Amino acid sequence: MSIEAKQIVKRFGGFTALDGVSVRIETGELMALLGPSGSGKTTLLRIIAGLEGADAGTLDFFGQDATRLAIRDRQVGFVFQHYALFRHMTIFHNVAFGLQVRPRGTRPDKAAIRDKVRELLRLVQLEGLEDRYPAQISGGQRQRVALARALAIEPRVLLLDEPFGALDAKVRKELRRWIRKLHDDLGITTVFVTHDQEEALEIADRVVVMNKARIEQIGTPAEVYNHPASAFVCGFLGDVNVLPTTGSVSAFIRPHDIDVLKAPDGAESKAGVVKSVRAVGAAVRLGVLLDGSAEPLEVALPGGQQDGAAFRPGEGVFLRFRRTQTFADGARNGS
Amino acid sequence: MASTVTFRLAKPRATAPADAADLEPAWIRRVLVSVTLGFLVLFLFLPLAAVFVEALRKGVSVYLATFLQSDTLAAIRLTLLTAAIAVPLNVVFGVAAAWAIAKFEFPGKSVLTTLIDLPFAVSPVVSGLIYVLLFGAQGWFGPWLSEHHVKIIFAVPGIVLATIFVTFPFVARELIPLMQAQGSDEEQAAIMLGASGWQTFRRVTLPNVKWGLLYGVILCNARAMGEFGAVSVVSGHVRGMTNTVPLQVEILYNEYNFVGAFATASLLALLALATLGIKSFIEWRTQRDTAAA
Amino acid sequence: MAIDSIIPPAVPGAASAPRRVLPGFGLSLGYTVFYLVLIVLVPLSATLAKTATLSWPRFWSAVTSARVLASYRLSFGASLCGALINAVFGLVVAWTLVRCRFPGRRLVDSLVDLPFALPTAVAGIALTSLYASNGWIGQWLEPLGIRAAYTPLGVTIALTFIGLPFVVRTVQPILEDLDTQFEQAARSLGASRWQTFRRVVFPEIWPALLTGFALAFARGLGEYGSVVFISGNMPMRTEITPLLIITKLEQYDYAGATAIAVVMLAASFSLLLLINLLQRWTSSRHVLV
Repeated sequence: MSIEAKQIVKRFGGFTALDGVSVRIETGELMALLGPSGSGKTTLLRIIAGLEGADAGTLDFFGQDATRLAIRDRQVGFVFQHYALFRHMTIFHNVAFGLQVRPRGTRPDKAAIRDKVRELLRLVQLEGLEDRYPAQISGGQRQRVALARALAIEPRVLLLDEPFGALDAKVRKELRRWIRKLHDDLGITTVFVTHDQEEALEIADRVVVMNKARIEQIGTPAEVYNHPASAFVCGFLGDVNVLPTTGSVSAFIRPHDIDVLKAPDGAESKAGVVKSVRAVGAAVRLGVLLDGSAEPLEVALPGGQQDGAAFRPGEGVFLRFRRTQTFADGARNGS
Repeated sequence: MASTVTFRLAKPRATAPADAADLEPAWIRRVLVSVTLGFLVLFLFLPLAAVFVEALRKGVSVYLATFLQSDTLAAIRLTLLTAAIAVPLNVVFGVAAAWAIAKFEFPGKSVLTTLIDLPFAVSPVVSGLIYVLLFGAQGWFGPWLSEHHVKIIFAVPGIVLATIFVTFPFVARELIPLMQAQGSDEEQAAIMLGASGWQTFRRVTLPNVKWGLLYGVILCNARAMGEFGAVSVVSGHVRGMTNTVPLQVEILYNEYNFVGAFATASLLALLALATLGIKSFIEWRTQRDTAAA
Repeated sequence: MAIDSIIPPAVPGAASAPRRVLPGFGLSLGYTVFYLVLIVLVPLSATLAKTATLSWPRFWSAVTSARVLASYRLSFGASLCGALINAVFGLVVAWTLVRCRFPGRRLVDSLVDLPFALPTAVAGIALTSLYASNGWIGQWLEPLGIRAAYTPLGVTIALTFIGLPFVVRTVQPILEDLDTQFEQAARSLGASRWQTFRRVVFPEIWPALLTGFALAFARGLGEYGSVVFISGNMPMRTEITPLLIITKLEQYDYAGATAIAVVMLAASFSLLLLINLLQRWTSSRHVLV
């Protein structure tokens, strides 16, 4: 175990950003803090970094009480959402900064710093850009400079605040796979904040799902996706259909957990009418209105285009629910 | 953030859109340009030209002779001394105020910002008067000062104090909006990378605000060297002792030594032109830096 | 108790790491406040305290004598005229600088700040020499029966010079940010050039114009150096209020000088307040656009 936060509370004026949050970060893991904006995920990250102080709770930092640790002494590598590169310094000096500001006794000599910076720039695939300024490189390159700069101080933990937030879709995908690979190569304990469930599920070892200042669930991507602990987690991770229910329960079903049949299959299947057929890239999605309900259900066809060709709007079909998930309303997963 | 005076660095901007110029027909543009140039020639160019023409009315040698007079030289020395004290003090203050206001949240921040602007709202004459009321013979500390043979009013310290007062906000009000706009992510990043507070300020903050700071300094300096009303109240006009360059201009003018007065004034006009030149240079630089970003 | 659940108990060893990440808050704020109090607040309050030693009737007679009232009229009237002239011509200048390309535009643009940079005494003697009856401009006005130097007109000219940059520099950035699409849209909807200006452009720049006007007016009220040379300083006729303070001081009438100064301070602080409100209005409008 490298970092353990216990019952962290943080308020900003009248707004409660964290309401008794506890989480353990294991050494060497890649953890995602996932949640909608305002859920408290960035605040938690900044408290771990020491950029914010908690109003209550404890933070154990590699066996030390974080209260007694100045930010400078935590050895945290932090990558800001907008990178916070030093705009008047070249890429080289940005990466070298953490080494150059060390006290004289522990500061490496110039040649050692140069070698180290070159090595880091090679690691983040930015050789040859040493003399450029942050304004002269692309967003994805800036992200990698920020990472190299954070790695230069040989951090005990790497914290990334919405690391892919400011990038366009294509670069995001490349970069997140690259970060996963980098994590596997270096083995540094890493925590990143994201509001994109796909991002969290794809690269994290464990995902912390947060909502409204609390943790909803902590688990591996498979756990949180397949066994959501609350209605929120179920709804936040991937598409769901809300099923009509009675009483204080909510029932959900994912679009790909529904089979579409041309003929009824016993009492299990429900009759409906196809309202729409949409091709989304390689997949096909049907909108099916069940008899007696107001909103059509979204159904994902596993077979893609071929299956889609089999259905026409207005056609009568039968739906079989393979797996529904029900939650008592207001139920929360105690962390 | 409220502000009182608009003499500040133009915010970096892209050159005006090309289509903007085509919006009005040519004759309207010609009228606008003519009115503008006419108004500015009348109110800006002619007064400026008058200074140099009057100064050189009796030839270059008479012009230069003004600067060899001991009174003029003494006035120049005093003006330089005053600026050399007032400007650094206000720079230290401006940097401290900008750091506190731009990088931290605390209650009363907007009140503090408004109070910093206060000296700009006060008439120069009143700015001098308040020090007379504090340190003059009739003032609060007057009796105590005369007992201890300390002279502030009608002496150099009074001139320096009044100058500090009138130039008080210049550096702070250049730096505050600039540092606010830049946020503190870079500083936080520096601290996380292990830099000390001083290292962070010197290596991250200062390079980011250097042009704004320089601009604040040249404005502060121009006002410090050119202040007339406030200094006039506290100086006592002792020739060769408590006369700054602007006061020397007044004395020579009132003695009908017009060439001397305008020659001395031409020094201050050159200072003003240099200030405007540096301002344009800084704007050009910041604009270029922004364009590169 | 409900209260207990709202306020967390102060846990010893809570993770409240340094509340402020960047160092130097106490030092910088402390020094700022100390210096502000020392240089600005103490002298200003000493002035107010000095006035408090005056009896009300004495104070009242000091600030309402005929000569003082005449000086208010001149300072107020000339500042108002100067600010109005600047509101009109400043708008034209700003418009031209933003919307028209002409040779020397950059030079003209930087020269607009001259009244800020030129020491007031220099401006004062230069304007006087221009408008004296034998000056470059005065000699043309004289045959027309217009006397500028040593009259209220001269005071207005000096205050117009001093206030010139305020309107230009407050309106200019607003005009620069004003997307010409709005005007093009208005024109495409059939509005005339004048209608477009009056109904589309003017509402956008109006708060800034008013702010610039107020700034120029406030500056004019307190101005001294550029005026004293051209005004001639005749009591009841061309004596501005700041000059009256100096005159009283030279006569060792500290109480009288202080009383007038307090009136001026009250006027400038009210204007400062008004300008702050105006600027808040400008920026809030500006954000909405």
